[in-house]
This record gives sequence, structure tokens and C-alpha cells, in this order.
Amino acid sequence: MAILTDKDREGVTEELKKLTGPVKLVVFGSQLGSEYSIETERLVREVAECSDKVAVEVYNLHIDREKATTYGIERVPAVVVEGAKDYGIRFFGIPMGYEFTNLIDGMLVAASGESKLSAETLQRLSGLDKPVHIQVFTTPT
Amino acid sequence: MRLAHHLAVASEWIRGDCVEATEFPDLTQRYSVMAVPKTVVNERVSFEGALPETQFVDNVLRAVEGEGDAG
Repeated sequence: MAILTDKDREGVTEELKKLTGPVKLVVFGSQLGSEYSIETERLVREVAECSDKVAVEVYNLHIDREKATTYGIERVPAVVVEGAKDYGIRFFGIPMGYEFTNLIDGMLVAASGESKLSAETLQRLSGLDKPVHIQVFTTPT
Repeated sequence: MRLAHHLAVASEWIRGDCVEATEFPDLTQRYSVMAVPKTVVNERVSFEGALPETQFVDNVLRAVEGEGDAG
């Protein structure tokens, strides 16, 4: 059964028309295919069907160790949103509900390669010289 | 928009993870996530709620300032 309704697909198709470049959604699942991993892969594929600018790659955390290391993935399900390069956009857990909006937004910003942050923020970030790992915990509703 | 993701795009040093709390009880326990959204930066700084951009960045920079100094 599809996760996205016809109405959802229409909305996503409309939003993804704003994509200014190609996007790759890299999904990591688990060996035994947990329910969450299967649902995440299904959701990502349905989103990708809404735009020819979106490609999908699916890997298994336990089998594709090299890919998991490259992307820094240690738990699943995980979705990496890549534009011209890997900017560091990650989703852990199925991006449903409120996070679905953020998935679409993440795709748009990755495709453009340009954040919508203020000039002041960009200036403040320009001095960074150490890795920063931001984890935002959310729930679907 | 998810600020963490925009920050990730803006700086090559930043990675932004969006974590579905109920699917990762080990992480929610480790970071004492009682309410969402909760943001954890470099395991050093954490805050609850959706902050405006300036305050969000304040916290991000606070997490790296002094890193490496006196352990």
C-alpha cells in the first residue's frame, strides 16, 4: 500500500518543481529489514517518483559497511539528502509528519546548495574550523 | 525550515541530523530527551524548543568555543 495519498503526491510534485538541481536520497536500512527501514525506503521511493531530478540509492548498514562509513551512518533507518555534494543533511527514523516537510525542504536546499540563512549568520559561521554535529530530536506529530 | 540542515549546507564543518525520537530510545535516554524538539550540539550543549536563528547559532557556536581547552 502506498504511504503518500494522491493528494500528497500532487503537493510533493508541485514542491519539487522548485528543485534547481539534482538530488540524491541515500537510504540505509537494516539486514533483516525492520518495519521502519522498509517504510522509510518505500516513502523515499514514492517521493522520488514525484520528480525526475531525484535519484535513490539504497544500502544495508550491515552489508554496505564502506558506504555507511563514508556517510557516517551508525544506526538505521537513515536518509542522506545529497545535492551537488554531501552537505551533511541526515534523517534518522522515518521522516513522516512534520519531518516530511523538512525532508522536502532539505531536498530543495541541497539541490540549490544555498541556505536561507541571514548574512549575519553566514558571517558568524565563516570562522568555524572544527566539526559541529547537530542532532535535533523530534516526533512525527 | 530545519535550521540544522540549512547550517549544514552553509558550512562544510556542520552536519545536521534530524532524529525521530521514538525510534531511537537509546539516544533519547543518553541525551535525556523529555520534550521535543530537543537539540544537542557536539554532546556539549543542548536546548529545548524551536529557537530563532540567532539564538540557535549562539548555541551552536557555544558548543565549539573552548573545545580542546582544558579538555
